[in-house]
This record gives sequence, C-alpha cells and structure tokens, in this order.
Amino acid sequence: MNPFSPLPAVDLSRRRFVQGLALGGAVAGLGLLRPVNAWALTSPGQPTVLSGTDFALDIAETAVNFTGAVRPATTVNGSVPGPLLRWKQGTTVNLRVTNRLRVPTSIHWHGIILPFQMDGVPGFSFDGIAPGESFLYRFQVRQSGTYWYHSHSGFQEQNALYGPLVIEPAGPERYPTDRDYVVMLNDWTDEDPERIYAKLKKQSDYYNFAQPTVPDFFRDVRAKGLGQALAMRKMWNEMRMNPTDLGDVSGHTYTYLMNGTAPAGNWTGIFRPGEKIRLRFINGSSSTIFDVRIPGLKMTVIAADGQDVQPVPVDEFRISAAETYDVIVEPQDERAYTVFAQTIDRSGYARGTLAPRQGMQAEVPAMDQRLWLDMQDMMGAMSHADQGGGHAAMPGMEHGGMDHAHMDHGAMASMAGTPAPVVHHARTEYGPGVDMHVDMPRSNLDDPGIGLRDNGRRVLTYADLHTIGGPIDAREPDREIELHLTGNMERFMWSFDGIKYSDAKPIHFNTGERLRIVLVNDTMMNHPIHLHGMWSELENPHGQFQVRKHTINVQPAQRITYAVTADAPGRWAYHCHLLYHMEAGMFREVVVA
Amino acid sequence: MSTNHRITSLPLRRPLLLAALLLALPLAAAAQGAPAASGSTTPMDMGAVPPMDHGAGAMAGMAMGTMQGGRAPVDARSGDYSDGIAPSPAHGLPLHGSAPAGMLLIDQLEAFHGRDANGQSWEAEGWYGNDSDKLWLRSEGERSRGKLEGGNVEAFWNRNVATFWSTQLGVRHDFGAGPARNWAAFGVQGLAPYWFEVEATAYVGPAGRTAARLRADYELLFTQRLILQPEVEVNLYGKADPARGIGSGVSDAALGLRLRYEIRREFAPYIGVVWTRRFGATADFVRADHQAVFDRQWVAGLRIWF
Repeated sequence: MNPFSPLPAVDLSRRRFVQGLALGGAVAGLGLLRPVNAWALTSPGQPTVLSGTDFALDIAETAVNFTGAVRPATTVNGSVPGPLLRWKQGTTVNLRVTNRLRVPTSIHWHGIILPFQMDGVPGFSFDGIAPGESFLYRFQVRQSGTYWYHSHSGFQEQNALYGPLVIEPAGPERYPTDRDYVVMLNDWTDEDPERIYAKLKKQSDYYNFAQPTVPDFFRDVRAKGLGQALAMRKMWNEMRMNPTDLGDVSGHTYTYLMNGTAPAGNWTGIFRPGEKIRLRFINGSSSTIFDVRIPGLKMTVIAADGQDVQPVPVDEFRISAAETYDVIVEPQDERAYTVFAQTIDRSGYARGTLAPRQGMQAEVPAMDQRLWLDMQDMMGAMSHADQGGGHAAMPGMEHGGMDHAHMDHGAMASMAGTPAPVVHHARTEYGPGVDMHVDMPRSNLDDPGIGLRDNGRRVLTYADLHTIGGPIDAREPDREIELHLTGNMERFMWSFDGIKYSDAKPIHFNTGERLRIVLVNDTMMNHPIHLHGMWSELENPHGQFQVRKHTINVQPAQRITYAVTADAPGRWAYHCHLLYHMEAGMFREVVVA
Repeated sequence: MSTNHRITSLPLRRPLLLAALLLALPLAAAAQGAPAASGSTTPMDMGAVPPMDHGAGAMAGMAMGTMQGGRAPVDARSGDYSDGIAPSPAHGLPLHGSAPAGMLLIDQLEAFHGRDANGQSWEAEGWYGNDSDKLWLRSEGERSRGKLEGGNVEAFWNRNVATFWSTQLGVRHDFGAGPARNWAAFGVQGLAPYWFEVEATAYVGPAGRTAARLRADYELLFTQRLILQPEVEVNLYGKADPARGIGSGVSDAALGLRLRYEIRREFAPYIGVVWTRRFGATADFVRADHQAVFDRQWVAGLRIWF
C-alpha cells in the first residue's frame, strides 16, 4: 500500500484517519487550554530532552490534532509524547510532578527499581496527585537503559500521558554508537477512552472489522473444499471464540504514532551512511502490539526492557505493550529507509524514516495478511494431535529454506523431548468470567507468534534473548506461584485465576525470597504481564535463566515461568499492560513483606 | 454482556441447526428449573454439552468439553496466595473490574406492511449493572390501524451463572388490546455454540395461567457491515385467554430475516421480511376475527444502541 497514491474520494476521510495529519500534534493558541511551548523548542517528532537530576513536570490538558479533529490530550509539559527524560545511573533524581488537571493523576516510572512509595500507583504507592497539587518523586537511579513513564490513573495513559526515559550507564556504553534515537510507538484515539471501554463491555468485537464472513466461507470452499472450510470453522464456532480476535481496539479508532507523529507526518531520523545508530524502541501503546521492521536493514537487538542482551541480528521483532527493545542499525547507503511498525491485527501501522536528509522517504511496505489464530493459539501443545482444525498444527515443520531452522528444532523439542508441563487450574477458574482452559499449554519460547510464523524473515523470539551477566540472583527459586491468565472475551471480563482485581486478595511474596512465577495463558490473546518494583527473570522451558525483563508477553495457550527476587518491601501492582484488560480486572496487588 | 455476534458459521446447515435449536429450547428451559436456586451448574452444563452438537466430530467435541465450562477438578489449586495479608486500605481506589456498565438496545424499531395490516412495532432491551448482576429490561409490541395492538414490558434480575449464560427472574406486564395481564417470569438467556443468541422464558400468572416464549437469533456477515439477522420466536400458553384472543398450546411463531447495514456499529437501518403463523385455538380466534392465520410482512426499520 502506497499511502501517497491517490485513493477514491470515498476513502479520503478514512485515509486521513489512518494516515493522520502530516503536521499533527499539539495545537497552540486555542485559548481554552494552556499554551504549548514544545513547538517552539523542537521540530515535530523530535522530543524535548530534559536531563540532569532535577525535573519539573506539569500534567495538563493540551489540545492536539492528529486526525483533523482537535481533541484534548493529557500531556506532560505540553507535548505528545512527554519530554524525553535522561537520567544517569547512580544519581538521585528529584521529579516534581504538578497536576494541572481537574482530576487526580500520577506518573509511574515503568521498569524502574525504586522504593514502592515512589512507584506512582494510586492506592498502593500513594493516593495519587490531587488537582492543583504537586508530588516530589525522589529516588536513586540504580539501573541504565531504555524505559518509559506513564500515568497509572484511569485511562490517562491512553490519552497521551506518557514519555520516554533513557538512563545513561555510570560507565561506558557496552555498545557505543554514533547516533541515538528514541522510537516511541503509541496508539492515539480521538475517542474518550472511557467510551472505548464502555463499548467493549457492550460489544467486545466492536472494533474488529476483519471478522469471518459468508464470502470468506465460500472462498474457502472453492480453495480448500467444503469439508476443510467447515472443519476450520468448527471448533471456533462450537467454542464461541473468534479466530480473528487479535486485538480489542483497532485502527478503526486508532491513529498509530511514532514519536508523536502520524504516518503521514513521517517522523525522520537523520544519519550519515556508515554510522552506527541506536534505535530505542518503546511500545507506549495502551492496547496495541506492533511488529517492527526496517526493510533493507538488519537490526541487531542489544537490549530488552533496558537490560543489555547478547546481540541478535534480526529482520523483525514483535514488541508488546510496555516492552522496549534497543537495536543497532548501520545503513551504508545514501538512501531512505522506512521504519515500519504494523499492528498485530494488521489494521494499521506507525511509520517513520531513517534518511540522510529531511524530506526523503522510502517505499512503505504493504501490511502483511491478517491471519486467523492458529490451533496452537487455542490449544497449546494439544494442537499437535491436529483434530482437523484445518491449519497446520505446528509451524516450521516444513523447511522452506527460511532462516529459522532453530524454530523447527524448538518445535520438535517441545513436541518430543520436553515433557508437557502439568497445569494446575485454580478452583476459581470455573465461573462465568472464564471462557476456556488450556490443559496442555505450549512452553517453547521460540515461537514468534501469530502472523510472524514462517514469514520468510528472521524474527526475534524470547528464545533469542540472553541477558548479559546472567540472573541478578543465582539462587534456585524456593517455591512456585502459579497464576492463570483468564478471560471471557464475549463479556469482556479479564482476570488472574478467574478472579478480577476487585474480588481478589493480594499475592504475598516473603521479603528476600527467590520464587518462581508460573503463568499459563488460558485465553486466545497475548497478555504483556508487568510486575512493578522487581525484575522478572524469564526462564527457558527447562527452568534455566533466559532474559531479564519488566514486562513479559505471554502468548495464547502458552506457559512461561520466571524467577523473582522479592527484595523490594511494599505494595506493588502486577497486571496485564493492555489497558482495557487491566481496567476489566486483570490486575493484582503484590505485597512483599 | 454484549448482544451482538459476528461469526458466520455454516450457512448450509443453518436450517438444520435452527430446527435442532428450537427442539432443544424447551429441554433447556425445563432443565433450568427454578433459576434462583439452580446455582451455576445447570446452564453451564448446557453450555458445555451443546444440545445441537450432533454435527460435531468426536475429537473436537472432546477437546471443547475439556476446554470450556465444566467443574473444577477435585485437586484444583487455590487461587489465594495472600497468606492472610489484607489488601491495601485503598483497594477500591482503582476500579479494575468493578465499574458498572449499561446499555440500551433498540433491536427493532420498524414499520411493517402485511396482507392484513400495516403498522409499526418495536423490540428493545436495556441493562445496567456489573459483570455478575444486572437489572435487565425488555419490551416489545406493535401498533396498527392507529392503535396499540399489543405489547409487553419485562423487568428481570439478570445473573450471570456461566460463561455464556445468565438466568433471569422477574415480571412481565402485557398491555394493549384486551385486559392487561401480569406474570411472574423466569428464564435463561445466553449464547449457544455456533453463535446462536438464545432466550427462553417461562411465565406464571394469576388464575393458573402459564406461558413460555422461546427466541433465537443469529448473525450472518456478508461484509463487515452488511449483516443478515434471522430470528425465530415461538409463544406457548398453558391456558386459553379468550379475552386476549389466545388459545392454549402453541399460539404463534414468527421467522424474521432482517438485513441491516451498520453505518456505525450503533446505528443500522434495515429491511426485512417476517413470516408469522398462528396455531390451534389461537388461529381460530383469528379466523373468527376474519383475519389471516398466516401473514408475511415486509419490514423496514432501524437498529440503534447506546
């Protein structure tokens, strides 16, 4: 799809909506809202950078225009995203956050290790910041890398209260580069996020405009025969589950932003051929998972969630909500490259350009085909038995000359070698809030996920990520806490173990213990699970350390484990980072005591 | 609970499934028993072992049986990892799952043109509440020859008892031509396998009157916005009510096909055709009134929700 080719008039409004405005962003001079100074300081898409140890951040309503309609956004210092904060490892930072809204607010420093009172979660850390008041966050910066910050109050995060956070290491960078860009991905909507949530509660597939149709059925009959066309629909229909349920909220309402710039605005990072460029990708979306690639450039992944990893060269990576990945690219040619981030449901994309000069652009690739969820997304390891679901039970079984022999290997291993893990469902998982149970989840980490399997590109998986230096704590976990990710898509209910936050008791970690969290995804959606205050050290299927993260994406019908060292006394939030899942109840309080 | 479903399943089998569904409904209603005391097992079992599962392969049926519904195994673990630690004093500060919601769906607001009569009719429902308990209101009725022919309004306590099913306990009031009637009402509604939206309600009134109403609808997507909605409704009465022109037994049935275009999800004009037929003693009353027992009506209207 070339976004600049003329389209029929009937599509103009839609095109503008998806592509956004070339010069969208904060709008000054409307009178009713506070004046905006970000434009005066920087060109669009280039963030205001604040560095040092003392910061004053003002949260206020600012008028923005990404789609042609002027809408109120909740901003930090008047820009979307908020200013890029640059801290230095080992320093103590003071951040005075002032609330100029009419409602309480908060800022949570995502992935930062700090005292729980500084974590910014209303109800746990503090009471929130009341209108007209300020709160002084003060803590020592113990880590380095790429992170971000966002509101933890209501739906303010969806309404643009977010920004990037970069912490320079106390020593030299492990991978020195010539240039350094933050690439922050966000999903903007002109709608009031509370209305989005209300719509999902009334009709959970409201934003899904790629559902199976009668013509699809007859197309499949022609292509595959009647028996196969019926078979591939059978289980979905019997279970009342939707094979196209890849995301709750889509490009039907979202305009996807790259550094606060809509696709038509084409955020551009300048380089000179031969330079090493570090791109710090942050997915600050409320409800969007992106698949990122830069056609023509190999990306070397050097950090995940702020933590350095052994370099992995890839063509593409999936970045779930709240994750960060740092990659290095080394363009050699005097040409433009498109930074392309299509959504998991292929309903839209964020897009920018790396180029030697402003104003250049490269071809924007067509979005990949939107696929139905696979049997392994529904049934986990049980899909090996393939009950005539119509889809290949396991991808990568055929060697197509593609660059992922490791994946075939992994799939085989999980099928033949690794014993299927025993799943323990909770008693509370059998109520109205749960629409399915996976008894034989898959536990391999080398699956890039729906829509990326066998796409001919080298796609990052969690199995590729190895944190340099190993785990922070070499102790074997003393005990396991098993939690199941549960939901009822039809009624848009989301929970852990079938218990919504409002009905749930806290999860207790003993201070100082090393424990293992076992997560089993009993749903057909991805869930990026974020534990505040402590690292989540992901393990491979054999229980060995893999990678240290703050947000771990659990794929449908997948079982993953990670170790946690409970060295941070206090009350912490633990939740799915898809905002609407969190709001519906997929949230727990963790008490370290 | 949302009331719209957009999966197309097996167009070729639709008539068969509809027939099976209709046969299964009275069984489901009977199995329902007294809803207030039924707990969570009966409707859930109905969901897990679909009555129209005759076309399902053994393996898929088995997989589905274990993947959905059912009871917790005896060795199921506890979901409580609190070790007795109390939640934060500000536990209720973030809502996360406890916020109430509401919806008003005017499913049919239409003009009809039949052999005997022209007029207008409506069918609407609304709800307000949380994930487990809701106040649920329903109303339907029709107007022709310039006067209200008949209608009713129902109010229920709707309780979600299983993944796709809820029980309803409440009252119904009939108005329009003839004397008004009041009923106690109890029923079940939900989503059956293959995405059939199902509603079965039993009614008990003074003087030994009983009645039942079964309703099912389905959605076939021709595009993401052009949707055909077949709907069937059957009414039964345990005792004749001549004052309202009702005989005992199956009184009437209707099959409607409405093709709507969702300009927005919330706003869809439609056109359609509805076949209605009266049966038994009810048909006799209609004949005595010199009206047709069978009618085909063309309809045009709006489907709107908020």
